[in-house]
Amino acid sequence: MNSRIVFFALVAGLFTLGIFQTVQRHFAFDIPWLPGETRTIWNIDAKVDFNAMGESVLASLTTPKAQAGYTQISQNAASPGYGLSFLNENTAPQAQWAIREATGKQTLYYNIQVLADNKSKDQKYTEMPALFDKEYDAASLAAGTEIIRDAYKTSADAFSLTRELLKVLNAETPNQNISLILNSEITKTDLLIALLNEAKIPTKKVGALHLEDGRRRQHLQPIVEVFQEKDGVITSQLFNANNTAAVNRNNLLLWDQSGKALLELVGGENSKVSFSMIKQEQPALAAILQKTEDNQLFNFSIHSLPVEDQSLFKGILMIPLGVLIVVIMRVLIGLKTSGTFMPVLIAMAFIQTSLVTGLVGFILLVAVGLFIRSYLSHLNLLLVSRISTVIIMVILLIAMFGVLSYKLGLTEGLKITFFPMIILSWTIERMSVLWEEEGAKDVITQGGGSLAVAVLAYFAMSNEVTRHLMFNFIGLQFVVMAFVLLLGSYTGYRLLELRRFKPLADKD
Amino acid sequence: MFFCNPFKLKQKGIMGMNQRNSGYIGRYNPRKLYPLVDNKLKTKIIARDANVTTPALLGVISMQAEVQGVEEFIKDTPGFVIKPAKGSGGKGILVITKIENGRYFKPNGSEESLSEIKRHVTDILAGLFSLGGSADVAVVEGLIQFDNAFDGFSFEGVPDVRVIVFKGFPVMAMMRLSTAASDGKANLHQGAVGVGIDIGTGKALHAVQFDLPVHHHPDTNKELKKLEVPKWERLIYLAASCYEMSGMGYLGTDMVLDRDLGPMLLELNARPGLAIQTANGQGILPRLKLIESLGDDHGMSVEERINFCQKHFSQ
Repeated sequence: MNSRIVFFALVAGLFTLGIFQTVQRHFAFDIPWLPGETRTIWNIDAKVDFNAMGESVLASLTTPKAQAGYTQISQNAASPGYGLSFLNENTAPQAQWAIREATGKQTLYYNIQVLADNKSKDQKYTEMPALFDKEYDAASLAAGTEIIRDAYKTSADAFSLTRELLKVLNAETPNQNISLILNSEITKTDLLIALLNEAKIPTKKVGALHLEDGRRRQHLQPIVEVFQEKDGVITSQLFNANNTAAVNRNNLLLWDQSGKALLELVGGENSKVSFSMIKQEQPALAAILQKTEDNQLFNFSIHSLPVEDQSLFKGILMIPLGVLIVVIMRVLIGLKTSGTFMPVLIAMAFIQTSLVTGLVGFILLVAVGLFIRSYLSHLNLLLVSRISTVIIMVILLIAMFGVLSYKLGLTEGLKITFFPMIILSWTIERMSVLWEEEGAKDVITQGGGSLAVAVLAYFAMSNEVTRHLMFNFIGLQFVVMAFVLLLGSYTGYRLLELRRFKPLADKD
Repeated sequence: MFFCNPFKLKQKGIMGMNQRNSGYIGRYNPRKLYPLVDNKLKTKIIARDANVTTPALLGVISMQAEVQGVEEFIKDTPGFVIKPAKGSGGKGILVITKIENGRYFKPNGSEESLSEIKRHVTDILAGLFSLGGSADVAVVEGLIQFDNAFDGFSFEGVPDVRVIVFKGFPVMAMMRLSTAASDGKANLHQGAVGVGIDIGTGKALHAVQFDLPVHHHPDTNKELKKLEVPKWERLIYLAASCYEMSGMGYLGTDMVLDRDLGPMLLELNARPGLAIQTANGQGILPRLKLIESLGDDHGMSVEERINFCQKHFSQ
């Protein structure tokens, strides 16, 4: 009895392990349950134009850093003659081009692909941005102080203060103080930053890109990020100085979070940065694979193999399902097949040939093979050479059918070459012996049984969903194994035995 | 209904294939002893050592070069059987019942030429009939002169008695009668008639063909109820002693009755089929369970075991 407990513990362990690994992979790596799910990828180009002044040029373009809603998949840059490097400064990543000497109009391209990704989160701030000192003329300073004092009264914290300031800035009939300051050459964004700075609230100017499919020559939209520290936790909110509504982060990519400049250019003038973008729908799996290319844990999987080997494994990982079908058919149903796992091999050939072509081809080959084999049995040959003869015969038949169907314009017929020839030869030999000894009836039952199991295995192994699941969730192999083990300990009746022993059960 | 209720089968104690495989064959038949049973030549040798009668051994052909010499073994006999030592399910057994002027005839009267016989031996040596296709040897045995007691009960082939011996206890027996449908072979699934035999008396209990009850032999029309195995005590004794000889816990023994030599062991089977239950019209499980309940240290001799079975399983 003890060994039974160990056995069931083993089965349960395998099952749980498999399910756990599968669920874990789904949630941790976002691998979809079903094939055909798609994810949005934004393909964004930044174009930098400037005039070089005939000396060495160093251009640094701030690029997006990890943020909520988006994950960077890849980046690259095109710029003939320039040396390129991607820098990862602590404030924001940069793409940096450099050249010894350049003159005239220069164009640099930077391309980034980002995946719309709900799992991605904003990075936490560890310290507040510094406040800055600036001198203002007396009138502006007085007006600004007035505005801040009014807003301060009707607010509780940095964010509500900002909202109050925005109300004043964007009022339909601006009050005197605002009119006074805005008259100067200053944008509302810069004004908001200056006001908040005067109120000792740290801020950062962020360049945001509004993502819309097929847009060209876009520019970054200035947005103000307002910081607040409470109980040692730094929080921040985004505000658009031109309206009072909260910033909607849908389709908004925060491109420049450096707090400095989008482009730093040495040795050039009249620089201009413009953006264009397209939206792509990619199969979810491909998108996720790109996202996690560097992830070590994920790489411990079939996906880390070269593509050619992956497709090999795609076939191999399906075999357990075919084997499971065979076990079910033999242990639970009691179907007789010729050769235990021959149906799986036939099913794999069917996957290559497609079902109908495969079935027709298989039956044709075995039938013609049996016919010729019946002549061979008169020749009194040694078994090995007889089977070898059958193998050569099968190859010739396959070649003949291939050519014949090609001439008839049935290119489908060429797929017949996918059949495993040795297996076919053994099948013919076994069937032939079976025919001589037990008669045609047994040949039909066993051959039919094998084909029925092969067709079932084919359906299980060629199904899009099962292929997707078995390939992407290695854990399911353990689940299949648990089932096979469990079936191995089944001692109940087979379905066909219920038929066989029916007269016995009905007796008396 | 096409299928019957599995609980009804269970209640009647009928054993299914899965249970046979894991509960009895897997548990009671040690793997290392299989060659003794699967190889008919080895079975013959251990049977001889244990004083269990077997058909006369005319010769063994183990190499292709010896095939030409097959005539030496067979030419002066009234009839012979060539079988693969490692054959399964009765495959590859060639029976010649009549030899006239160098012409060989099968039980159904068709002629088999010497070259066809040699081809058959060649096939056996190449492993065509052996499990897994491994190389094999051909065993040539003397033809069994079957007992007149079975006249009219069998069509062409030799009727044999299958006794299931469980841990040395002969638990169930049946007689297999070949028919025209089974082409002289004694395999029930090919159409031979199976007759359940009472362990105590050797008399017929119940008969089936193709799993359905029959009362008369389909070819000779003889009433199957009248069938009675002569020298039953000796036969059951030989069957039961196969346990000590082979060491197999769950064993099928195939016995035949020779007119002159009496009951003899034809072959052993480590994976006896389930058809014996249909032939007896009863499940085998209650009997197996009773034997299992005795435990391993009952200390009974062969005779005591037979008495136990005759007392409990006779009807």
